[in-house]
Amino acid sequence: MDDLLLDYLPILIFLGIAIAIAAIAVVGSMIVARQHPDGEKMSAYECGFDAFVDARNKFDVRFYLVAILFIIFDLEVAFLFPWAISLSNVGMLGFWSMMVFLGILTIGFVYEWRKGALEWE
Amino acid sequence: MVDFWFNYIWPVAWIVIKIVAIVIPVMLSVAYLTLAERKIIGGMQLRKGPNIVGPFGLLQPIADGLKLFLKETIIPSGASRGVFILAPCVTFVLALVAWSVIPFGDGMVLADINVGILFLFAISSLGVYGILMAGWASNSMYAFLGALRSAAQMVSYELAMGFIIITVLMCVGSLNLTDIVMAQKGEYGMLNWFGVLMFPMAVIFFISTLAETNRHPFDMPEAEAELVAGYNVEYSAMAFALFFLGEYANMILMSGMTSVLFLGGWLPPVDIAPFNMIPGPIWFAAKIAFCLFIFIWVRATFPRYRYDQLMRLGWKVFLPLSLAAVVIVASVLVAFDLAPQV
Amino acid sequence: MIQALAFYMFAFMTIASAILVISSRNPVHSVLFLILAFFNAAGLFVLLGAEFLAMILVVVYVGAVAVLFMFVVMMLDINFVEMRQGFLQYLPIGGLVGLILASELLTLAGSWIISPDASRVGAAPIPDGVTNTHALGQVLYTDYLYLFEAAGMILLVAMIGAIVLTHRRRTGVRKQVIADQLARHPADTIELRKVDSGRGI
Repeated sequence: MDDLLLDYLPILIFLGIAIAIAAIAVVGSMIVARQHPDGEKMSAYECGFDAFVDARNKFDVRFYLVAILFIIFDLEVAFLFPWAISLSNVGMLGFWSMMVFLGILTIGFVYEWRKGALEWE
Repeated sequence: MVDFWFNYIWPVAWIVIKIVAIVIPVMLSVAYLTLAERKIIGGMQLRKGPNIVGPFGLLQPIADGLKLFLKETIIPSGASRGVFILAPCVTFVLALVAWSVIPFGDGMVLADINVGILFLFAISSLGVYGILMAGWASNSMYAFLGALRSAAQMVSYELAMGFIIITVLMCVGSLNLTDIVMAQKGEYGMLNWFGVLMFPMAVIFFISTLAETNRHPFDMPEAEAELVAGYNVEYSAMAFALFFLGEYANMILMSGMTSVLFLGGWLPPVDIAPFNMIPGPIWFAAKIAFCLFIFIWVRATFPRYRYDQLMRLGWKVFLPLSLAAVVIVASVLVAFDLAPQV
Repeated sequence: MIQALAFYMFAFMTIASAILVISSRNPVHSVLFLILAFFNAAGLFVLLGAEFLAMILVVVYVGAVAVLFMFVVMMLDINFVEMRQGFLQYLPIGGLVGLILASELLTLAGSWIISPDASRVGAAPIPDGVTNTHALGQVLYTDYLYLFEAAGMILLVAMIGAIVLTHRRRTGVRKQVIADQLARHPADTIELRKVDSGRGI
């Protein structure tokens, strides 16, 4: 097995151990503690009322917009990672190509700012 | 048989020992962070804080943990049982696994992978899931609203964090966390050009970590005055405790990340006699403790943000500022030929 | 041995969770299984030595794209009975897409036999001392300049498209204008008056 994978093996084992700890904690508590469920106790918390509506209802489209914009900027960050660590290798061409890339996305950013897509009322 | 023992069992056992050596201190610091938080905030408000259980209340966190363990696990009747139980486990597991790449000292790292900082970034971007799952599975209005808010908030601030990590990486030229720490080693210890150039970034990064961990003044998801407790309103017993542990472990992790990126990790602040005799892990722990103190200090000092203000700060202030920082730092590095050779 | 074990574990989990994505009745569970599939795909990438791609897969697909999926399926009121009624109607199109994908996969698998060299190039080992993030950085921004800028343009189009499609300006909301708040001066708004007792203003 090569070195690169040996570096990752501890993470895999750690993942297994962490999952085991979490499972033991939850299951252990369920076994050790007394369980006396009843109808009132199991109902959703709503300040003593019965819930008026189903909780999973429609919500503002704004949240979708945030998620979409996040994807786009996250991709931008992903593109920046290899560039950032090879800044000295890519030379002036590499530097300016990234500046153009960022410039294009800044146009989009300015557009959404002007459109008010970043406002929360 | 002997071969098998030496080639497989023993190395794996050694890894397990190292993992236990990480998990136990992390869990202990989480326990005592809760006590420290209550003590410090108590002190800032001229109260004593917990002082009954054990001397100076030192056994309080253990009593709390034991009590939560012995409580009944309530699963609301409208909830999706599987996802409901899974959500706190996800939060907890993610907060623990991230510690596998953190360097505690020179060479003292469990998994010295080439893309360490990217691993941390990936883990912190997954933090949303525990909360979203909890909010959805609870089938309760408050939990649902809290989860929504929290998800939007966390992704917003993650962008600024990503851009700031980029600025640091440009000065380092590697994604490995040990390399990042070593790049900060200057002739005068921590106070070299790196620290000076990066100081404004460090401030933005720290504020973003506050939002990322849903801490004050950005604790909108929990906002006890309006959402009661946000996404974990339906949780009880150990499921709640796992959320709690996960969140505090995340705070410590974010402080560790700040220390590694900006405060020089395990390096002593000045490389002279009394300071460089203290071993690295102690310096690292001290820097984490310093960041955590600021976390608590901020909580005791600032009122909560309103949600629109929070989103404006993330998208209209931090995002453009950090993007500008990327361009400026890159320009400086290229213009003066400071970019690290790799 | 551990490597092979890890490969089979990741591969099995990927396929199993992919099957669960399309077979589970609850769409939120589908998305959760999709995330599990992404995770295991990232594990497979690591086994190939492509650590940068593995991490980016998690950051972008799990950390961003799946969050959007989650938002959509969690919070949209989707009537599942209705959705299933359209099943037969979409079957031909779905079948066609599936067929195209299957034939592409077959072509890919066949390339091992048709041109063994091509697959060898793909599996070429990374040169020593260069991490694959560096290797990417050295070619992406210079050798593949136009493609890189095209990616930027695509992102711009996506950004504008998202705003055009989803952004609605709500009317009748009062917004906070910080500049106005800061510009307010006590002298403009507060007037001090002496009020005689028993008279009022």
